[in-house]
Amino acid sequence: MGKIRTISYDAIVVGGGGAGMRAALQLTETGVDTACITKVFPTRSHTVSAQGGITCAIASADPNDDWRWHMYDTVKGSDYIGDQEAIEYMCSVGPQAVFELEHMGLPFSRTEQGRIYQRPFGGQSKDYGKGGQAARTCAAADRTGHALLHTLYQANLKGGTTFLNEWYAIDLVKNSDQQVVGVIAIEIETGEVVYIKSKATVLATGGAGRIYASTTNALINTGDGIGMALRAGYPVQDMEMWQFHPTGIYGAGTLVTEGCRGEGGYLINSEGERFMERYAPNAKDLAGRDVVARSMVIEVLEGRGCGPEKDHVLLKLDHLGEETLNLRLPGIVELSRTFAHVDPIKDPVPVVPTCHYMMGGIPTTVGGQALTQDKEGNDQVIDGLFACGEAACVSVHGANRLGGNSLLDLVVFGRAAGLHIEERLRGGYESGDASEDDINRALARLERLESSTGTESVAAVRKDLQSCMQLYFGVFRDGDSMGEGLKKLDAIGERARNVQIGDNSKAFNTARIEALELDNLFEVAYATAYSAMERRESRGAHARNDYTERDDENWLKHSVYFPLEKRLGKRDVNFAPKTVDTLQPMIRTY
Amino acid sequence: MLVSLYRYNPEQDNAPYMQDIELDIPAGKDLMVLDVLALLKEKDPTLAYRRSCREGVCGSDGMNMNGKNGLGCITPISEVVKKDKLVIRPLPGLPVIRDLVVDMGIFYEQYERITPYLVNDTPAPEIERLQSPEDREKLDGLYECILCACCSTACPSFWWNPEKFVGPAGLLQAYRFLADSRDTAQEERLSDLDDPFSVFRCRGIMNCVAVCPKGLNPTKAIGHIRDLLLQRAT
Repeated sequence: MGKIRTISYDAIVVGGGGAGMRAALQLTETGVDTACITKVFPTRSHTVSAQGGITCAIASADPNDDWRWHMYDTVKGSDYIGDQEAIEYMCSVGPQAVFELEHMGLPFSRTEQGRIYQRPFGGQSKDYGKGGQAARTCAAADRTGHALLHTLYQANLKGGTTFLNEWYAIDLVKNSDQQVVGVIAIEIETGEVVYIKSKATVLATGGAGRIYASTTNALINTGDGIGMALRAGYPVQDMEMWQFHPTGIYGAGTLVTEGCRGEGGYLINSEGERFMERYAPNAKDLAGRDVVARSMVIEVLEGRGCGPEKDHVLLKLDHLGEETLNLRLPGIVELSRTFAHVDPIKDPVPVVPTCHYMMGGIPTTVGGQALTQDKEGNDQVIDGLFACGEAACVSVHGANRLGGNSLLDLVVFGRAAGLHIEERLRGGYESGDASEDDINRALARLERLESSTGTESVAAVRKDLQSCMQLYFGVFRDGDSMGEGLKKLDAIGERARNVQIGDNSKAFNTARIEALELDNLFEVAYATAYSAMERRESRGAHARNDYTERDDENWLKHSVYFPLEKRLGKRDVNFAPKTVDTLQPMIRTY
Repeated sequence: MLVSLYRYNPEQDNAPYMQDIELDIPAGKDLMVLDVLALLKEKDPTLAYRRSCREGVCGSDGMNMNGKNGLGCITPISEVVKKDKLVIRPLPGLPVIRDLVVDMGIFYEQYERITPYLVNDTPAPEIERLQSPEDREKLDGLYECILCACCSTACPSFWWNPEKFVGPAGLLQAYRFLADSRDTAQEERLSDLDDPFSVFRCRGIMNCVAVCPKGLNPTKAIGHIRDLLLQRAT
């Protein structure tokens, strides 16, 4: 490929969604020379699709609300494998991070007192589960993600962040001292391949819901950061933990916010029964997402599904009235009409559990520092590499994320990564240079693709990958069928290494980008499948028919997938919050 | 169905051309235009277009379909196809990079020009700045803009003066901050717009309102800005 151009920054953030832009803002505001590299214009990032809100104990709806209650809910929601130090940090710093967003201009909905409007969401309680349902999710109607993402972009424009828009990061560059010293990236418009050198590389590349056939995720959610980390030989954590959102629109997969149920909507089966009363007598439709999604699947399996195929359930909203729906859920009214051909003011919306969120990711400290393990299994820092947001596993969501906690995760840990990196750089952190060999190693994948004589089409392999994951690694899992799924994945991986782009031009070559994304989808899918097979228990979103119980003796642990050895290790969960007592694992009921 | 598609690859084509493709639409399905493009791309990977959320909130896939701007992902073919024919072109008035991908540079520059962020020089309180529901309501119909550029690229005034006329999208956002009770820079914002071109090139044609995929009304917002500018002048 010959010698390529080098551009240098002190810090680079890969990804222009909520986490990436919050990190970039923090760095830019503290004077660090930072570039945000993003494959789409920042406001096209998937954060834009978040609807219901950002959960945080700002004590608006309830003046006595307490971040410790939020912490309790989050730990319980995680089925006890969320790290308590990280959850404590998120819930306690959260209010400050949310107020900062408001000060930047985020147009939150308001209460009569002029404060930020908060709505009830699933898994929320007062007084450590003893005080009934809480209303803790701060909302801008049902367009909170859109409002948040645009506000962060605006704040970055104000702050003067450098954006490399429509640049696609291909792989990490690692030098001989095992430091990460930047990325290889392609400027999509011109096709130029560049080495972007940096002392700190932050992966904020979001999720990878596109490994499943049915997902609420944007088409761009292909797990690029996870793929890059795995190819560089770094491990990923809890990859078997995928959240299926109870209410994806049947057929289309587009999301209908949990805020619908927060505002009083509920699910019914073909008999018109509000079935969640049977599965979760207290929280009902606002139980944890994993619980609701499983209940829906059971209803369908037992023959109480709706429609001609009896393969979905209905979300009833009409009783909320036109005024409330238009004021609190205007986006949902619009989406239902467009994608379900249903007017929720009159008729219920057909919904199915749909892949929504990746709880796992690159293991990090609270400050976003990426981690691996040494030979003895101790945490070891990866010099120069950081991660935040959905791509990271810090881990605040454990085995099941609570609604509204992803937006909080983004801003709290995007900010924390920025703070931490700034401190390290100010402390004089320097990394070595990359040799030509180091750069060439990171270019190898692109070169293989360019000179491929393969015959497989990217679209066909991607479709088969998505069907395989949907069929064998969905809401309910089973050892035998997962074994079959893994075998199929091996064959799909072989084909993925044998694709033909079918377009060798330079300018805005989206075929090339999609081929590169396919590699990342495969990396994520394989790590997911392998981890799911090895975790022999049921916990949170990971429900197995052959191991139906939670096994705290063996699996009150993070799983850690090592790509080079193809091995699943374990890592201790943090049970040591700094200012409050440890929350001990209990049986999880709603 | 016959799809007539605007094609241009700067490395191969001296000029853009329309490519006619006969496409079988799976029976019983009302596909979105974006789904049609995906089917075409499966057959011909060289076709270039932008897309992301596929649900009408990210604003990536603004395009011109049978003569009208809109988002491919939320435009059902039943709504646009006439006589079994669908003509897809890039957004008009912007330089074409390739196929349906346009250079949005001037559009973003006009957005950046209007100081697209909240300005408030008073010290921030410990909690949020308070805002009444009534004041917050003034932002409805403004903040929802997704920067898809359907409106500005449907606007003859923007076609003529893209460097000097802010255009409907930028002006909608200008008014979003003018209307925000928390913003303290109203005077500076109006000064920045007070010239014969930035706002007053709007001729009230209302193409922007006709095409906005989010149902927003830039013309109305521009009217409010005019009023503020005129009040200020008297």
